[in-house]
Amino acid sequence: MFELILTIWQDAIALLPDVLQPFAAIISKIVVILMPLIICVAFLTLAERKIIGYMQVRIGPNRVGPRGLLQPFADTFKLMFKEIIIPSNSNKFLFVGAPLITFAPAVAAWAVIPFDEGMALSNINAGLLYVLAITSIGVYGVIIAGWASNSKYAFLGAMRSSAQIVSYEIAMGFALVGVLIASGSLNMHEIVVAQKGSVLNWFALPLFPLFMVYFISGVAETNRAPFDVAEGESEIVAGFHVEYSGMAFAVFFLAEYANMILISALAAIMFLGGWYSPLAGLGVVSDTLFALPYIGWAFDSGFHWLFFKIAFFLLMFLWFRATFPRYRYDQIMRLGWKVFIPITIVWLLVAGVMVLAEIPPWFDKGGLS
Amino acid sequence: MYELIGLSGPQIVFYIFSSMLVISALMVITVRNPVRAALFLVLAFFSASAIWLLLEAEFLAITLVLVYVGAVMVLFLFVVMMLDINMVPLQEGFTRYLPLGLAIAVIIVFELSLVLGPENFGLEKFAAPAAHTADYSNTKAIGSILYTDYVYPFEVAAVILLVAIIAAIALTFRRRVGTKTQKPEEQVAVRREDRVRLVKMKAEKR
Repeated sequence: MFELILTIWQDAIALLPDVLQPFAAIISKIVVILMPLIICVAFLTLAERKIIGYMQVRIGPNRVGPRGLLQPFADTFKLMFKEIIIPSNSNKFLFVGAPLITFAPAVAAWAVIPFDEGMALSNINAGLLYVLAITSIGVYGVIIAGWASNSKYAFLGAMRSSAQIVSYEIAMGFALVGVLIASGSLNMHEIVVAQKGSVLNWFALPLFPLFMVYFISGVAETNRAPFDVAEGESEIVAGFHVEYSGMAFAVFFLAEYANMILISALAAIMFLGGWYSPLAGLGVVSDTLFALPYIGWAFDSGFHWLFFKIAFFLLMFLWFRATFPRYRYDQIMRLGWKVFIPITIVWLLVAGVMVLAEIPPWFDKGGLS
Repeated sequence: MYELIGLSGPQIVFYIFSSMLVISALMVITVRNPVRAALFLVLAFFSASAIWLLLEAEFLAITLVLVYVGAVMVLFLFVVMMLDINMVPLQEGFTRYLPLGLAIAVIIVFELSLVLGPENFGLEKFAAPAAHTADYSNTKAIGSILYTDYVYPFEVAAVILLVAIIAAIALTFRRRVGTKTQKPEEQVAVRREDRVRLVKMKAEKR
């Protein structure tokens, strides 16, 4: 089935003139990545409301479609047909552009994410740096939105958000430097391959503090609870997007959820072995499991394991939101600067020593070549 | 398609990004609103990094975006947005100083053209850099040079930066006495027993 679609697709592209062929190939790959991503974003909003509902002993949305499954479409149509109100004396161009600036990096970073062995839109050398650079652009959307709205609440939200994101980016970058030291490569594909073997080979074990710092910084970077002071609805109404309505607001919403999925995917790739199955490398057990008829492939490494890992991290995001109260602003700053950055610096040294001492089972493969 | 305009694909990309770079750099110094000027500076950095990518210097290009666009300009915008700059007094005396400014600009352009003219930096003086193979890693190349040939200058530069950071903090940090501030470490260390007393009592009769 998969091969058939692939051949039809290749034949269809071969029909085009030569100059357009690479463009058509790239654009069709982008569509193949982005369409499921958008659908995931849509259903993540439903999953959030349902899961938090169950955690708080409520039912959650259950009116639109069977068990509320069509709720995301109802929300989308509602937002699409609402009026976009542009505040008076605001900077119109920047006001409309800000949601796009937030959304574009959240999807552009997916260009280097490897989904399976050899399955990535672009397998570039400096993939890790690319992701860091692209995600760091996203903060401009928030700042510009806050400034262009010509509103005090929005401006306060933008100020809070930019200070927070700049602080946590350092800890996040340092955590990824640890991965870089451990794998000896900036290439996302090679980072995953360096974790080949069993569950024990995943970087989450030797780099456990960095893993924690990375994920918590990721929650802070996406402005999610308990770090959502940028929205802070109890103090500053809705923060940077208080003046936005209709589709402009929806794009902010989409960007936030796309960023959540991106952070989850990155955490899975950097620390939890990407597409590798947790059942691999168990000797006889995994051999028999993988050889099972019809269902053996489900236990073997593949794209679906990356999907499960992403889903696990997304559940954590929702769980945090359902359980933790919002951090106070000075506590956020303290956590970022005085706790996370020292932890990462210390653990970078530890990681360097571990790599030099070639401690098995992670670093005895001659990663530094 | 490329033959129609007489340019190769990379050349088209180069001209697109370099014209964006020049236009946005001009806008930085001409737009009136300081926030817009800062945003145009961001666009200028971004276009410059795209041009570096064309040179196969992907590490430098991405670091430019990461450091300047992602961190430095965010802080810059942060400050510029909070300042309420009144442009009118800044523009006073523009015509008075215009002849002097023009004269200086003409001199600078003349001097630069003497040094940077085609006799020194012409296309025929320098061969186009050879394209690298697919497994060439700019990051690895920079790393190996930086940590072998230039390791002492590199470390010295790092120490100077550290000294600059500490000096900036030491010069501007003043401890004000008598202010009431929160001590987060005490707040974090608080246990439930310090604040909450659970009392067991019988239900009162109505």
